[in-house]
Amino acid sequence: MKQLLSFIRKEFIHVWRDPKTLVMLFGFPIVQIVLFGFALTNEIKYANIVVVDNAKDVASQQIINKIEGSKFFSVQKTLMTPSAIDAAFKEGKIKLAVVFPVNFNTDLLHLNKASIQVIADASDPNTATQLSSYITTIVADYQAQLSPTMSAPYSIVPEVRMLYNPDLKGAPNFVPGVMAMVLLLVCVMMTSVSIVREKELGTMEILLVSPVKPLMVIIAKAIPYLVLSIVNLGVILVLSVYALDVPIKGSVLLLVFESTLLILTALALGLFISTITSSQQSAMFASMLGMMLPTMLLSGYLFPIENMPVVLQVISNIVPARWYYVIVKAVMLKGLGFASIWKETLILAGMAVFFTGLSLRNFKIRLE
Amino acid sequence: MSKEIVIRTNKLTKRFDDFVAVDEITFDVHKGEIFGFLGANGAGKTTAMRMLCGLSIPTSGEAMVAGYDVFKQPDEIKQNIGYMSQKFSLYEDLSVKENIEFYGGIYGLSNKQIKEKSGELIERLGLHNEADKLVSSLPLGWKQKLSFSVAIVHQPKIVFLDEPTGGVDPAMRRQFWDLIYDAADKGITIFVTTHYLDEAEYCNRVSIMVDGKIEALDSPEGLRKTFSASNMDEVFYKLARKAKRSAD
Amino acid sequence: MNAITLNNITKTYNKGTVLAVDDVSLTVEKGEIFGLIGPDGAGKSTIFRLLTTLLLPDKGTATVGGLDVVKDFKAIRGIVGYMPGKFSLYQDLTVEENLDFFATVFKTTIEENYHLIKDIYVQIEPFKDRRAGKLSGGMKQKLALCCALIHKPEVLFLDEPTTGVDVVSRREFWEMLKRLKQQGITIMVSTSYMDEATMCDRIGLILNGKVLSVASPEATIKAYPEQLYGVKANSIYHLLLDLRKYEGTINCYTFGEYLHLSITTNEEQVRKYLQEKGHTDVEFKAIEPTVEDCFIRLLKHEDEQGNSNKDK
Repeated sequence: MKQLLSFIRKEFIHVWRDPKTLVMLFGFPIVQIVLFGFALTNEIKYANIVVVDNAKDVASQQIINKIEGSKFFSVQKTLMTPSAIDAAFKEGKIKLAVVFPVNFNTDLLHLNKASIQVIADASDPNTATQLSSYITTIVADYQAQLSPTMSAPYSIVPEVRMLYNPDLKGAPNFVPGVMAMVLLLVCVMMTSVSIVREKELGTMEILLVSPVKPLMVIIAKAIPYLVLSIVNLGVILVLSVYALDVPIKGSVLLLVFESTLLILTALALGLFISTITSSQQSAMFASMLGMMLPTMLLSGYLFPIENMPVVLQVISNIVPARWYYVIVKAVMLKGLGFASIWKETLILAGMAVFFTGLSLRNFKIRLE
Repeated sequence: MSKEIVIRTNKLTKRFDDFVAVDEITFDVHKGEIFGFLGANGAGKTTAMRMLCGLSIPTSGEAMVAGYDVFKQPDEIKQNIGYMSQKFSLYEDLSVKENIEFYGGIYGLSNKQIKEKSGELIERLGLHNEADKLVSSLPLGWKQKLSFSVAIVHQPKIVFLDEPTGGVDPAMRRQFWDLIYDAADKGITIFVTTHYLDEAEYCNRVSIMVDGKIEALDSPEGLRKTFSASNMDEVFYKLARKAKRSAD
Repeated sequence: MNAITLNNITKTYNKGTVLAVDDVSLTVEKGEIFGLIGPDGAGKSTIFRLLTTLLLPDKGTATVGGLDVVKDFKAIRGIVGYMPGKFSLYQDLTVEENLDFFATVFKTTIEENYHLIKDIYVQIEPFKDRRAGKLSGGMKQKLALCCALIHKPEVLFLDEPTTGVDVVSRREFWEMLKRLKQQGITIMVSTSYMDEATMCDRIGLILNGKVLSVASPEATIKAYPEQLYGVKANSIYHLLLDLRKYEGTINCYTFGEYLHLSITTNEEQVRKYLQEKGHTDVEFKAIEPTVEDCFIRLLKHEDEQGNSNKDK
């Protein structure tokens, strides 16, 4: 036991004393989240939009003024026909169109209810949601001005229509994707590199010529990265909940449990890679090629699996991230329980067992 | 031996923060001389050698190498020197011939010169059968000999050798020194570091560095007399034992 | 009982294409310092790895401490100390952390066997909080030795411990080995520095995977068949070239300040020849060969045999 503890302690020291590892471990997920969460989505400024004012009354004018005043939009006022709007979307000239009906103010004053049509180009789902929610906010703001005291006697209903991608597939979906990628990459790469480094250094020779059991070397290598990955998972979840407003709808405990399963699979894979490579470089390369690419391309995170060619669909079945992605989406975004994901969980557990067995079998007690 | 000077340093110093790696070294090396540059690990040999090769800018002092100033003309220096170390060797995945061609090329030899040179070199080293083999298949001793020959393929004025014979067998080491003698005989100045002190005897003059300073500089015979020692091993031991610092 | 035995050990790499160790048999007695002397690539490291159970032999048997290297590899791993050729400590751990780690790996503590490493450890103790990567060559080597000794091994394997280390540290290192020997530890050490051979009780000269001779350094030297002369003159390089051309020369090579020469003729004739060639200040004296001379002779012999085999 003391052997194991001192082994684990040593692994932690390696990590703490190597700034590169630390950056990799914690910088990578943060950068990913920030990149996906902010740089690629929130920073929308002066998006080209079209406002079609069929009403030309006080209310529509006031709302248009507000929209024009916002730094998010660069407004073009025209009287476009629906087909002209459609053409503008197709050409990519505009991201969004706001259409006021003919009797906007009248409806608002007499029926206490009016509607605005908001049409967005949802082929870029993040931008589309952002822009339409800005419009909605501006309209809500206007309503509040109209009736500061009363609780909304007039109600303007923005009718949002998403073109091309009505379900907004992929919107908050990048969080599960990033989680899968980060956990896999960090675990696989860190473990494989840390073992191969000992081979390169020659310390593996000394460890082999000692009473230490191979199983212990493996466990001692795995535990620190398991712990670090769980910490990492925490960082990602906190960031996505508080910085990106992607809530965890299901059970956090279940999410952590499923993630641990993925981490174990990744550790086993990392160990396996370390048994078949002999330099840190090739271990790194194998982890990148073996993990990063399939995780990005075949997990359904960037491209929906059902749209892939059959061959790739079949191959995607052996990518652990694919199953994890389904699980996280179900638990985190849809709030489903274990009952609906037991199949995926079982597959993931199977993979963990398989790779652990494989790397144990492959772990050499000699140099050959 | 002519007294033309090819390396001259004056109070050459290199500091890293508050650590003085090379401390005011002053010496001359003559044309065609085999100059042994000895010192314990961490004495500052490598740092000094790097400065002379134009790879590292000195903190203070002066140094001229092959007639060029190490501060102002590092590029000219690099054109006129050859360099070989135990670690830097040859491209293992290139053949013997390809290596010679490559190095001839980067030193700006014409194709005709390269062809002549590589033929001559392969002939001299007796590598006819190996010319088209990958360098990785050669034994270490052969690699080192080839590596040296490649380092002087552009006929530099000076060649710097950083522990060229480490780990090589005694017979091979001597063959290597034959090459060095031959090059020196043709007027190439040899600046060499080694851990094998019997090799120090093969040098015309030897300097011994201790803690960044040159503590002794003389012919091997002169050094033996000064330190009343029977061989260079003892001279070195007497000097290096006093060393205070031991970090690399 | 012998501490180490090798019986007709053969080891190849790359599916038999590279012969690393070629039918080697030797024994090392308990409590002796046995030196494997040979250049890089001679097969020294392979022998160490076979004996430390890191590699399996293709043919032959070997024992360490009476235990078979194949069958009893687990037991052997408990009784040997091993210092591989490459510096093999954790560079980012401090001196003390390294030692502590290896102590626990071997299920012991620094305190328990402190007496064994005390002499060596006191020299590096002032730097115990320094990271191993920041130590000089000599210090790293001392630390590595401490780590290999910490579990009080019966047999110590040191693979080229002095390579790349300066003369002062090398001497200190051999002093340490002598003291360890007094503690009853058997030491097998390899080196490419021939001058270190005289520090061993017995040496095996190894080349191209074959052990060419096993004897004490004195006996190895005594077995040198010819009279050896040290020759010196004004221009040593031209002297070398001329002596090589001389028909009575068996072998001539540089050796420190002198050339070492073995001849079929006698001093008088050589002097006459050199005078004709215009050499001045000729010094000529009979000398005792060293282990290095023996080795060079064996190398030359091997070479000639190899060539004559090729010719056939």
